[in-house]
Order: sequence, then C-alpha cells, then structure tokens
Amino acid sequence: MQLQRKDVLGLQEMEPEEIRLILETAISHKEILSRPVKKVPILRGKSICTLFYENSTRTRTSFELAAKIMSADTTSISVAGSAINKGESFKDTLLTLEAMGVDLFVIRHGASGSPHFAARTVKSHVINAGDGMHEHPTQGLLDMLTILENKERFEGLKVLIVGDIMHSRVVRSNLWGLSKMGAEVRVCGPSTLLPTEIEKLPVNVYTDLDEALDRVDVVNVLRIQLERMDRGFFPSIREYSELFGITKERLRKCKPDVLVMHPGPMNRGIEITPDVADGEFAVITDQVTNGVAVRMALLYLLLGGGGNVGAA
Amino acid sequence: MWALLKNGRIIDPSQGIDRVGDLLIENGRVSNVNSNDLDPARGSVYDCTGLVVAPGLIDMHVHLREPGQENKETIATGAAAAAAGGFTTILGMPNTNPAIDNGAIVASVLEKGRQSDVHVLTTGAATKANEGREMAEIGDMLAAGATAISDDAFPIQSADLMRRVMEYCRMFDVPVLTHCEDKTMTQDAVMNEGVTATILGLRPWPRQAEEIMVWRNILLSQLTGCRLHIQHVSTAGTIEAIRWAKNKGIRVTCETGPQYFSLTDQALNTYDTNAKINPPLRTEADVEAIKSALADGTIDAIATDHAPHAQEDKDVELQYAAFGMVGLETAVSLVITNLVNAGAVSLSEAIAKMTVEPAKILGIEAGTLADGAVADVTIIDPEAKIVVESSKFKSKGRNTPFEGFELSGKAVATVVAGGMKHNLLPLLGERSGVRG
Repeated sequence: MQLQRKDVLGLQEMEPEEIRLILETAISHKEILSRPVKKVPILRGKSICTLFYENSTRTRTSFELAAKIMSADTTSISVAGSAINKGESFKDTLLTLEAMGVDLFVIRHGASGSPHFAARTVKSHVINAGDGMHEHPTQGLLDMLTILENKERFEGLKVLIVGDIMHSRVVRSNLWGLSKMGAEVRVCGPSTLLPTEIEKLPVNVYTDLDEALDRVDVVNVLRIQLERMDRGFFPSIREYSELFGITKERLRKCKPDVLVMHPGPMNRGIEITPDVADGEFAVITDQVTNGVAVRMALLYLLLGGGGNVGAA
Repeated sequence: MWALLKNGRIIDPSQGIDRVGDLLIENGRVSNVNSNDLDPARGSVYDCTGLVVAPGLIDMHVHLREPGQENKETIATGAAAAAAGGFTTILGMPNTNPAIDNGAIVASVLEKGRQSDVHVLTTGAATKANEGREMAEIGDMLAAGATAISDDAFPIQSADLMRRVMEYCRMFDVPVLTHCEDKTMTQDAVMNEGVTATILGLRPWPRQAEEIMVWRNILLSQLTGCRLHIQHVSTAGTIEAIRWAKNKGIRVTCETGPQYFSLTDQALNTYDTNAKINPPLRTEADVEAIKSALADGTIDAIATDHAPHAQEDKDVELQYAAFGMVGLETAVSLVITNLVNAGAVSLSEAIAKMTVEPAKILGIEAGTLADGAVADVTIIDPEAKIVVESSKFKSKGRNTPFEGFELSGKAVATVVAGGMKHNLLPLLGERSGVRG
C-alpha cells in the first residue's frame, strides 16, 4: 500500500487509513534504529533538502538522521530572519533548489501555509516540518506513535494538551490526528492563549487544569514561550507555573498509568517539574526516537515505494 | 459625438426612472428629445434591446498607485480598467508614495486624470505623509480640487487628532472617508478572527478592531458635526453601529464592496493570497447582514476598494503578501450575480448605490441621466455569462480571488462625457447579439 499524495502538509487533510499506514510503517522501520549498523539502501540516490526558516535542532536533526539511515543524500539550508529581510524570495529559493535536483523538501517556516505555497510551486515532494501556528504533522504522528506503543489503541483514550494552545502547531496536528482515530482530545491553557472558536473543533476546552486532568490517559505538556509574557498573554512565569505547571501532585488526578509527553525543548520547573520530566510516567525520550521512525516512514512512503503520485 | 441608444431599459434612480426607451447623446450631454424626430444619419444608432442603460457608475474607492507605485497601476491603466468595468467616475485614495497630501500633488493627479479614459477624482490625505501625526493642508488640497479627505490604509489612531481633522473638515463641509481599524488589535493580522483562522493558524483580525473605530468615529462625528463616511463595511456589528447613528441623525454614510457580500473567510482555506484583504473577508452571518443592510438602505454605496498589486507582492507566503484585490472589472458581475440575481436588492437599487448615492455622498454632479447632464452612461447586459479571466484585465493588477468564477452580467459599453470608452454594442440593424 502506498501513500497516495505528493505532499504531507498536515493531519487535518489525512484519512484515518493514511495515518494508520504511516504509523504501521514507522513501527516496522523503528527496528532499523536498534541495529548495530543503522543503514539501509532504500533511498539511495534520492536527494532531500531540509529548508528551515526558523531555528530548530531536534526536528532538523531527526529528519536528517532519518534520511541518512535510509541512504538518501541530504542538504540543509537555514535562512536566518524572515523572508522579507532576505534577498531571495521563497519562490525563487524553491525553484532554484528544485532545479538542482531536490526530490523532497522538508520545510520549516514561521508563516502558516508556507509549505502549501511550496507544494504548489515545485513538483518535488514537500513535508511540512512545522508552519507558523498551523500544523506540525510529523510531531503529531510521533506523539501518536508513542501513545499507540504504550496504550495499543486510540479509541476511547483521553488525551490532554496543556499550555499555549493558540500559538501551537503541535496542538493542531495532535487534535486532528487523535480525534480522527477515536481519542477524546482535551486542551487546557490560560484563556488568553486559547484561540477563538476552538470549541468548534473536535476538542474539549478547559481553563481549570485540575478538571482537565481528571482521569486522562495522556498529558502532553507544551513549551511555554517566555516571550508571550511580554505581549501580555499572562502576567508572570510564576503565576503560569502555579496555574498550569504539571506536578507530581497534580498527576494523581489522571489515570494511574498516565503517559506524560513533551515535544521539547522543556522549560524544567516552569511548565513541568523535573521530577515529572524524569519520572516513571514520562516518555519524552521515546518521543524523540519515534520521531526518527515516523520520518523514516514518511520518506519511504513518499520516495521509496515507487508508484507514488507526483514524484518528480 | 452624436449617438442614439435605442430601445434600452433605462434605469435612472436619480429620477426614479425604470422604463424602456431611447437616450440621445449629443455634444457630450444627455438629451431627452423625442427620438422619432431624429435623423439617424447624424451619427451612430445603437440597438440596446435587452440591455440596461444606466447613469455612468461611480466607484468612490479605488487605489490608482500613482505617484510612486506605477508598477502596480497608473492613473491611465486604472482608468482604463474602470471604463472596461462600466465606471465613468472613480475616486482615488491618497496612500500613494509620496502621499497625496498637498495641493500640488492633488493638482498633478487630477491633470493626469484628465488625460485618462474616465473622470478621475482624488481624495487628499488627512495627515501629512499619512503618518497620523499632523494634519495635512486640507484647505489647500480642496482648493486644488480634492473631492474628499481620507485616512484610508493608514487609519488615524489618535482620537484627539481624528477629532481635529473632523472639526477642520466640518468648516469645508467635506466628508471624511475613514478606514476603521484599531491597529493595536491587528498586529501581523492576516484574516478574520474565528474558527477558520484558528484552524489555519493565521493571525486574527478581530471584527472588534473595526467596530471600535466605527463607534469612535461616529461619536466624533456627533461631536464635531462632520460628515463621516465609513469605508468598506465588513461586519454585522459595524452595520448595527451605523444604523444607530443614522437613527440619531448623525451625519454618517457608508459603503461596502462586492467582495464582502460575495466571499467569506473560507476563501483563505487554500492560503490564497488574493483573498487577503483589509478589512478581511468575514463570515456567512456578516454577508447576510451586509445584504440586508444594502436592501434597507443602511449601506448607502457599493465601492470596490480596487487595490492592484504586482505579481511579486502576492506570489509569496500569505503572511508576507500585500493586502488587497482588484475590483473594477468584476464589480458589475458580482453585484448582478450575488445581489440582484440572489434577490437581495433590485437592479434599480443596486444601480442607485453605484450612481446617485455616491454622487450625493461626495457632492459631485454625476450619477444621473437628467436632460442636459454630462453624458456619462453605462450600458449593462444583465444576462451576459462571463468567466473571470484576470489575464484580460485592463488593470495592471491580476490579484483577484474570483479567477475562473462564472458570473452573470457585464458592462457592454461605457460612455464618458459623450465619448465611447468601452463599446461592445451592435449598431442598429446589424444585431446578432452583443459583441465580445
């Protein structure tokens, strides 16, 4: 079975069967990561470019490792600052790289919808590695894989995401992916960081963390961007931490086998206490490993299997 | 020019006329003489059977980009687009570079306008360089021929300065045309705040940012007695405010654009930069409120906010794309398709909002087919079926979200001061349908 699409731009547009296929493929690829020689020739001769308009260490490294393990050639380009400040337009950058033979672009961009623009501009494949406040589909998939490994299902699970819901692309990818697979998604954060009319999406919305934590199976804790405070979304780190910080004490309201996840990088002591981050419920490093597996799966499904649509 | 428009449906809301008949154009004026006594050999006789003969349409909100951004549009190309779209009079906004903020620039714009296809009027900027800090030389600009004063594209944030501008304009009894936006609420904003923006992860432009300024400006109009005109009404809440103000007898008028009753914020679902406009496209409930307000007269005028941009301004990431869409060459079709054929207003009411109503707001002699009036005439085929093709626009701007739309109705001829500036009409006797 193949992924019948040229691009992976978000989980909103994905069918449940596609998500299932990606997760199953990721499980089978994960085994490669535990081999003494982590190298398979599946993508030999394929050229992958990571094009990052925002700083990122883990996502870029994860994609590059995934590509290298599968023997693809990788190029990475970082563009500092916004597209307005730099000399060359996004369009021309894409067309130039495509002309050099790039088969697949991995794009991180601060402006929502930029991977969609790229997907229309080039014939090469595009994977969204996070666009503005829109989606981060590979993060959503790796979170789902981590849940699936531990809970062996999605149906009926209660998954809570805590933090800056408004600005988070991780939230949007998680809520589409998990709700399509039958989980109940809850979001909780300060009312200033809940986007307008989010209640119209398939989520339950909370501002009281203790209510939100009630009997949940998974808590996914978001990084709080400290610069949000300067724009007046909340008064102080101290108050944020008191109202929305995940502590061992608070986790007692969850199911006894609750999973604690965090997309990283963590602000220890702010949105999550160190004893929770390093504690028995945390699967944060598993998420990182699963990130490589999910990205290998996507590269394979888009580039490796043959017969896919729109391959340049 | 001597031309006889035969057998058209003459709709002139300024005189309350809607009847089939003939209209004579002679020496640049409209003449209502008995056409049976005329010698057809004196000029051209056009067969207007099945067509609507209306006063020349007025668009009181266009961006002509000259001086300074001639790569986007010039006065000449904007005027050509106007003629092609059925407009005989257009009012340019002052957010050029340099701004139209003194008498000399007003005079130069008007001079270029006189050499173009249609009547080009201009607004003057309310503040120097549109910076919102110091009042511009309003008296000087009016003396040079400016028609109105506006803060379009650069809404004045200081209530105190806005009060002074309105008090000052009251002295000349000239309307102040305002773009209502509280900029503190729209930093980096791209689209209407709501579930669609939440899904797309785009920075929200809340309706309240418009409505707060609408209320502020209404209260300042009440305070100063200045004529206030609210530009591009986009929300149901703005309409409520204007309704309240009109009931109080405050001197407020307003306009909306075809885009605001034709599209919703769903048009951004594909991250289409051509649907990024300011104020943004709103929701279905707003569209319905706008249609009702057009029908009950709360909204006085229809104006396009024609905002041409170069390809490179729009072929970029949505966040960085310029705001605005072109409107002159799709307005008639959108009005007929989405207002008249949709049953929201009659054809006569729609024409009124594009002729006599803007003429009244601006205090200009236009928008009428009265005997002896300047012969500005627009002939419309309300049944024509068109497909929007931006590559055929006379405007330099191709930035329309309506590309490929199938619409009804179009302007088939535009007469400006007695001269044919756009003509697809058949001569009498050779009719095989409208050309083009």
